[in-house]
Amino acid sequence: MNNQPHNDLKSRLLADFRTSEERMNGASKSALHQIRREALNQFDRLGFPTVKHEEWKYTNVNSLIKEVFEFNAPSAITLEDLAQLESSQLNGNVLYFVNGQYQPQLSKIVSPADQLSITTLAEAVKNTPDLLNQYFAKYADFQDNAFTALNTAFASEGVVIHVPAHTTVEAPTILRFISDARQMNVASQPRNLFIVDQNAEVKVAESFRTLGDQASFTNVVTEIVVAEDARMEYYKIQNESDMAYHIGTTQVYQQDRSHFYSATVTLDGGFIRNNLNIALDGSNCEAHMYGLYFPNGRQHIDNHTLVDHRKPNSHSNELYKGILEDRSTGVFNGKIFVRQDAQKTNAYQSCKNVVLSNDATMNTKPQLEIFADDVKCSHGTTTGKLNEEALFYLQSRGIPKTEAQSLLMFAFAEDVIKKIKIDPLREQLERRIQAKLAR
Amino acid sequence: MLTISNLQASIGSKEILKGINLEVKPGEVHAIMGPNGSGKSTLASVLAGREDYDVTGGSVLFEGKDLLEMAPENRAAEGIFLAFQYPVEIPGVSTTNFLKTAMNEIRKYRGQDPLDAVQFLKLMKEKMKLVNIDQSLLSRSLNEGFSGGEKKRNEIFQMAMLEPKLAILDETDSGLDIDALRIVAEGVNQLRSPERATIVVTHYQRLLDYIVPDYVHVLYKGRIVKSGPKELAFELEEKGYDWIKAEVETV
Repeated sequence: MNNQPHNDLKSRLLADFRTSEERMNGASKSALHQIRREALNQFDRLGFPTVKHEEWKYTNVNSLIKEVFEFNAPSAITLEDLAQLESSQLNGNVLYFVNGQYQPQLSKIVSPADQLSITTLAEAVKNTPDLLNQYFAKYADFQDNAFTALNTAFASEGVVIHVPAHTTVEAPTILRFISDARQMNVASQPRNLFIVDQNAEVKVAESFRTLGDQASFTNVVTEIVVAEDARMEYYKIQNESDMAYHIGTTQVYQQDRSHFYSATVTLDGGFIRNNLNIALDGSNCEAHMYGLYFPNGRQHIDNHTLVDHRKPNSHSNELYKGILEDRSTGVFNGKIFVRQDAQKTNAYQSCKNVVLSNDATMNTKPQLEIFADDVKCSHGTTTGKLNEEALFYLQSRGIPKTEAQSLLMFAFAEDVIKKIKIDPLREQLERRIQAKLAR
Repeated sequence: MLTISNLQASIGSKEILKGINLEVKPGEVHAIMGPNGSGKSTLASVLAGREDYDVTGGSVLFEGKDLLEMAPENRAAEGIFLAFQYPVEIPGVSTTNFLKTAMNEIRKYRGQDPLDAVQFLKLMKEKMKLVNIDQSLLSRSLNEGFSGGEKKRNEIFQMAMLEPKLAILDETDSGLDIDALRIVAEGVNQLRSPERATIVVTHYQRLLDYIVPDYVHVLYKGRIVKSGPKELAFELEEKGYDWIKAEVETV
């Protein structure tokens, strides 16, 4: 074992991997572990990205890799602690993870097992290895993305959801990932896998929160397979602290006639990078992506989306909106890829931003790469200040300036928020946005 | 009620109002007419508190208070209403929701309790009849996709709801056909009372057939160059503005 002090995150992680491997006994021979080892080697080769990397031009991970984190730290979280977070009360399946560890005592699963198979990744490794062998790490590419490689190498906990064919799951499922950073810097690497089989339907939300003022690092990867005629609603909600680092990849794979509908809402978080990658590997598919980010202070929120149209007659639609305050920075990078086979593709993308301060910065980069000739594609980005005419109009009717601003900003945000179809989730977000606007 | 003395205003380095004097008493209707670019809309905007204009001289007293010192929202709360020439489209904010916020902010300013939902709806139903406006229009995003007539009717509807002491109608007739014009004018007339005053800013005499003024003022090159009774409007309609221009130039 290497007893040298490791003064950067990468070498500490490489050492951690070797230590955990030594404790594994026979499990280190499993197929899953072979993937982990391959991913680790890839992470070792890639290293953390620098701003010289085109995909990381505006998102500098330097301060992240200088921090020292305790991975999967124990937490003595109580129900009172959770109450502080004022989470929405959801009538559905709720699974809690704290610092990456599953909390069965806080969680509840209401859907009958024949409708919805929902287990932790650790259980799935033991109980359904065939399912994992079929799907795990087959979609989220770790050859080019160091963070995905890192997550894959350490994949040990998260949620595996399998909706059997022809099943509509009414109850929503929410996965609550909490970083308990009250005592120390903490890190976790949740790994999720959702499989929605033929003609099945499910709604899943992932929520990320922080307790405490120490730094936290969440490196999450979610793989989603939406099979023929299946429908999925997916929400990613982030309300993290100013000391939170979050890197996340959601990798979606769609087959014929499937529908994927998503909203990514980031209200708070110190340093955030979300990748949402959708492969439309079927015809007559639909993919809808909505996003809202609302950074203030020195928060940094980066959304990268990629839609890969591989087959004909599919439709993708994307609307991302940002409100930027103070010295915050935002990034939107939206790539649409239409392959030669993907004739009759309809692809739309729009990104609209309101910058409320002279010190805030928004970087937008739409990219269309089209190799088919019979397609309809459009994209547009706007970044501007609040509409002064509208502000004056509201003021002239007696609404004070700050209220008028809030009203306009709320309407701007609501355009995305109203797309969230889980009512308690949407209502809670509306309250949080109102509260942030009133600050 | 309103005393404008030697009001001067500019936008950038361009001087637009060059010394306006005007006295409006409760119950009166004043028409401000004039050719394009004479400063009519600027005067309306300055009174409502639009920030694009710099007031470079003079004073405006409203019920004895210095209007120019007040933020636009406080002017509204004091009882001034501007019906916009070009009402702004505001996506995502419904007329109903916005008006309820506006009314309750004004009530707060005046130390009154907010209206509850029932009181508000009752008032709304009553005022909707006044301008013949449809409920469905009011639930939609403010002015978004409204026709010209619908926008202007919505302005008068808001005026009816807010019951201002002084209403300023900025080219409310522009872009209206005769039927819409009649509806808008009827709405305005029903709100006339001995306590309230109205300033009608218009290019054409047409609107004044329906909203009959007590006084007509002609604004030209940033000054009121002629004032008279309502008959002055007919004279302008008949002879155009050229004779006024000629009069001013010879002086």
